[in-house]
Amino acid sequence: MLWAVEIHPASGEVDREGERVVLSARELGAATVTAVVASRLFLLEGELTEAQVSAAAAKLLVDPVAEQADIRPVLAEPSSPSAPDGVTIYVLFKPGVTDNTAESTRKTLLDLEFPVTAVATARAYRFPATTSAADVQRVTDKLLFNQAIERVMRDALRLRTLDVGHSYEFELKTVPLRAKSDGELVTYSETGTLHLSLAEMQTVQRYFVDLQRDPTDIELETIAQTWSEHCSHKTLKGRIRYRDEQGERHFENMLKETVFAATQTIRQTLGTDDWCVSVFQDNAGVVKFTDDYHACFKVETHNHPSAIEPYGGANTGLGGVIRDPLGTGLGAKPVCNSDVFCFAPPDTPFDALPKGVLHPKAVAQGVVAGVRDYGNRMGIPTVNGAVFFDERYLGNPLVYCGTAALLPVDRVEKQVAAGDYIVSVGGRTGLDGIHGATFSSIQLDDESETESAGAVQIGNAVAEKKMMDVILQARDRGLYRAITDCGAGGFSSAVGEMGEYSGAEVWLEKCPLKYPGLSYTEIWISEAQERMVLAVPPENWKEFEQICAAEGVEATVIGQFTDTQQLVLKYGSQQVGEVAMAFLHDGRPPVIREANYQPPEAAPFSGAPQSRYDDVLSAILASPNVCSKHWIIRQYDHEVQAGSVVKPLVGAGCDGPSDAAVVRPLLTSSRGLVLSNGMNPRYGDFDPYWMAASAIDEAVRNAVAVGADPSRIAILDNFCWGNTDRPETLGSLVRAALGCHDIAIAYGLPFISGKDSLNNEFAVKNAQGEVTSRVAIPPSLLISAMGQMEHVEQAVTMDLKRPENMIYLVGATHPEMGGSHFNLVTGATGGTVPQVKTALAPQIFKALHQAISQGLVSSCHDLSEGGLAVAAAEMAFAGGYGMELDLPLMMEATGLDIPEVLLFSESNTRFLVEVAPEQTRSFEALWQDLPCLPLGEVTAHDRLKVFGTDGNTLIDSSIRDLKAAWQGTLDWQ
Amino acid sequence: MAKPRVCVLRAPGTNCDVETAFAFESCGGTPESVHLFRLLEQPQRLQEFQILCVPGGFSYGDDIGAGVVFASQLRAHLFDALNEFLQADKLVLGICNGFQTLLKAGVLPDGQVSWQRQQSAPAQSTLTWNENGKYTARWVRLKVQSPQNVFLRGIDEIDLPIAHAEGRLVTHDSGLLSRWQSAGQAALTYTEWLADGSQLAPTWATNPNGSLGDLAGLSDASGRVLGLMPHPERYLFATQHPQWTRRGLRGAGAGLKIFQNAVNYFS
Repeated sequence: MLWAVEIHPASGEVDREGERVVLSARELGAATVTAVVASRLFLLEGELTEAQVSAAAAKLLVDPVAEQADIRPVLAEPSSPSAPDGVTIYVLFKPGVTDNTAESTRKTLLDLEFPVTAVATARAYRFPATTSAADVQRVTDKLLFNQAIERVMRDALRLRTLDVGHSYEFELKTVPLRAKSDGELVTYSETGTLHLSLAEMQTVQRYFVDLQRDPTDIELETIAQTWSEHCSHKTLKGRIRYRDEQGERHFENMLKETVFAATQTIRQTLGTDDWCVSVFQDNAGVVKFTDDYHACFKVETHNHPSAIEPYGGANTGLGGVIRDPLGTGLGAKPVCNSDVFCFAPPDTPFDALPKGVLHPKAVAQGVVAGVRDYGNRMGIPTVNGAVFFDERYLGNPLVYCGTAALLPVDRVEKQVAAGDYIVSVGGRTGLDGIHGATFSSIQLDDESETESAGAVQIGNAVAEKKMMDVILQARDRGLYRAITDCGAGGFSSAVGEMGEYSGAEVWLEKCPLKYPGLSYTEIWISEAQERMVLAVPPENWKEFEQICAAEGVEATVIGQFTDTQQLVLKYGSQQVGEVAMAFLHDGRPPVIREANYQPPEAAPFSGAPQSRYDDVLSAILASPNVCSKHWIIRQYDHEVQAGSVVKPLVGAGCDGPSDAAVVRPLLTSSRGLVLSNGMNPRYGDFDPYWMAASAIDEAVRNAVAVGADPSRIAILDNFCWGNTDRPETLGSLVRAALGCHDIAIAYGLPFISGKDSLNNEFAVKNAQGEVTSRVAIPPSLLISAMGQMEHVEQAVTMDLKRPENMIYLVGATHPEMGGSHFNLVTGATGGTVPQVKTALAPQIFKALHQAISQGLVSSCHDLSEGGLAVAAAEMAFAGGYGMELDLPLMMEATGLDIPEVLLFSESNTRFLVEVAPEQTRSFEALWQDLPCLPLGEVTAHDRLKVFGTDGNTLIDSSIRDLKAAWQGTLDWQ
Repeated sequence: MAKPRVCVLRAPGTNCDVETAFAFESCGGTPESVHLFRLLEQPQRLQEFQILCVPGGFSYGDDIGAGVVFASQLRAHLFDALNEFLQADKLVLGICNGFQTLLKAGVLPDGQVSWQRQQSAPAQSTLTWNENGKYTARWVRLKVQSPQNVFLRGIDEIDLPIAHAEGRLVTHDSGLLSRWQSAGQAALTYTEWLADGSQLAPTWATNPNGSLGDLAGLSDASGRVLGLMPHPERYLFATQHPQWTRRGLRGAGAGLKIFQNAVNYFS
């Protein structure tokens, strides 16, 4: 028997979901949608009487004060026709999609001794008869459900059972690869969703010709997963012939010779003072922090899944990156998260969307909710982030999630031993996420939304939290020898990586499944979430299993590490695959790729002087990249774990934009961890080299501004690019990597880890299904920084503190308007892109850090988008005080007399610093020959005033108005 | 008495247990982080403790509603153990998800009285979705209305952070609020943030979630049980205050006092 418990808000309570739909329908232009009644449903299956269902509703499902419910049976073919007075749309998950609420409900009802066999949740939306059929359809398609994971039923639920899964009959599948022609190899690679190139397929073919047999399907899948761009990063770690205006350069391994090489150079220079511990080898980079703990940091992307199902994509993106430090060394405990998003403008008209593309506002809302629900439930504070908007992210949003963690100093090394059990811990394996690794390595098109649904998943944060809790206990008892996360490629990648130097035998029939019916290959490559793989010595297994069972976490022996250097896969008594580890990890054929970079034609800055700049300043503050992100920040728990020191929003109104986050990750130590980021895709259109330089400079500026020690900042790279098969796209990436190399060395900042995501393009098709255009994202290099500070009480925030304090500008200003926000809001063009002065910048960071450590700085803010004027405005409205600045000294120092350049140039390595009058002498003494200009002072009034050469007013705006402009753009409900 | 023993009771999805235990320990208590499953195996273990604290987090994912599953476990399996604990001269604290759990289980609003009543009568009050419909993380200022509550002794007003989606106290019983007020159970109310002399102040609503009577926390009539939505364990250090750099705050945080009061009750 199948029952529905339909729950509405009690009388007097607001129907928020219904209101949300009406509001969103208005934005969509569905004018006849004026009222919607929303409800949520539990579907209960089992030998249940109506009285039992009522009792279950009263005891567990329905809040007795805030909600009311009605109960009815669900039938496969309901006899009564739909209610005549409108349309009801039911939204259900597709069978097999993770439904956390349903699973909790099922377990709890069983615990309360209700005989349920299955539970599902659903939502219902009732439209009154006055709603047009077209509007119901439009709202249903655009607002109510996502066909990647959900399905709809009209007017009534028609269901026989909630059962999923089917019986599975073992059948070994062999692929006749040896006989295939080149053309057939290519076809097979595509239709079998292996996504391997012809050269790669030929290499695989030769391997099996030598073995004198054809491969099984699982062998091909294993090779395809391991060789996928997502797992092997074959493009950037491969051979590249690069040409630019300075000539030609050949790379054997591009990343190794740029980003990694910078770190090696820095470590050699540091010698015995080297504070890196593990770089580019484990799942996260590791550096020294205290005597007892190292700090780890990793940032990942989850772009393709987020394009199709933003909530699930972002949810599992964060869930995945949390497992990276947990799988680093013998397991690091996460202490904070970061997130950076790139979206198309949220005001994009609905009718401008290509087929198959979700609206950017829906993407943004889904992504933020996904990060919120996972991070908050995990109990890991999300402390730092950024959002960028550009038309080119339509169809290809970027979702970067990062996690910093602490690793005990004696838990860094891991090494599996032959005989160790291969143990799977955490969630069960299902059909979810099949082909995620290969899917994330290809381009999206309008069919992606339907074709790739299997690759989209929803996370279960509590399952991951439980898994983390038991793993950290087992780590402290020393019960396992190695650990890694099950990410892209599932068991295939995790076991393949861990057993690379030993060998492994896997017993696939032992893997616990969510439901029956999975083939041995599906078990092997499923990317079901919340799973880790550990190497547990047999003598520790019993104790390990007990720790897991004590907190309700499933742990299963699924195989054993060997010393055969072979990967052997079995299903019951049958061997279903055997591949040499050496072939798997080193057999991929090298490919030489072409990369060209041609600098764009330089164009002079077209801006013309104006008498006043109040409107420009307001417009930049209101621009989506600069504006307040409080809508996002306030939904994230940024205080859990009790380590918050500098919050994302600070100041008199607790609403000014912090430069970076400071946390105290150990309750027993005052040492601080600083998280910041730098990114500016707009500069990449001018020169990716200087874009990379600027991103690094910005990340460091942000960290140093709050008090981080510039000699202890580690950075991460995340390259998100378009299709690098095009030489000019790959060329721009190499150009950025060269920038990373040079600036990291000049600044002494080791890269400790990184990740890339290529092929971020969307193919727009016409009605005939022909590709009419491709939208590639702009070059998007995110630099994430993890800094340290001796004592968190030295931290500084960016809000003005006291009238009559002095304001200094430190750092040199140049006429660098290329890619600036001044150009963006005024329509001006041209100019040169900001560069960095590698000799000067480290000295500026050092002097500023001395000033902050000595307590000489009342507030400090870095200059980035919008330059001096924006930084001054933000400090003023964050602090609740006015500011008066005079530009003549700056004109004298720079030789520039163009006010818009002085106010809005985005030159790097600059800060505005507030210093109390009694500290100015000590402060100035630190700067000697370095650029440091007294520009003005803090005032008790509420205006920002900036004066030009002859005392003329350039800006005179109320800080209330400036703040209102800054807060208004993304003030979403 | 020597150091009181504190049971920091965590369920799957609880995530504030570490800092909550640290808070009690800093104040001289002897906390133990106890998994709910251990207590379900041996309910009488609860009597070894003087203080029961249900910390914050997302017990069981808050999947059916905040604290609902955790509460159902307490009611179904720990009725006698909690009954005995509530009868003794002991203390119970629920923070955020712990408050939601205690209220939905029936430990609040009336301590032992409502715990015994919950078997027969439906609850008259609940914690449900914030008026803004969103999870909200920010700071609030609180006014103590039940100075006789053990945890709140000597505190008049205090700044603490909130981080919740379902913190709005609701009832259909129009007389309930005044009964709580006269019985000293309306423990904490949201009150106006202190201005700092600058031109601007927070523009957020004083009451962050639309809670009945601006209530942020409830006490039982004995003053030995407290549930509150704000997180005192997130203000153990001055540097956790959102304006510590403006106000020159250093050293310990004001939230510690709530834990100190609990520990002192047994000394």
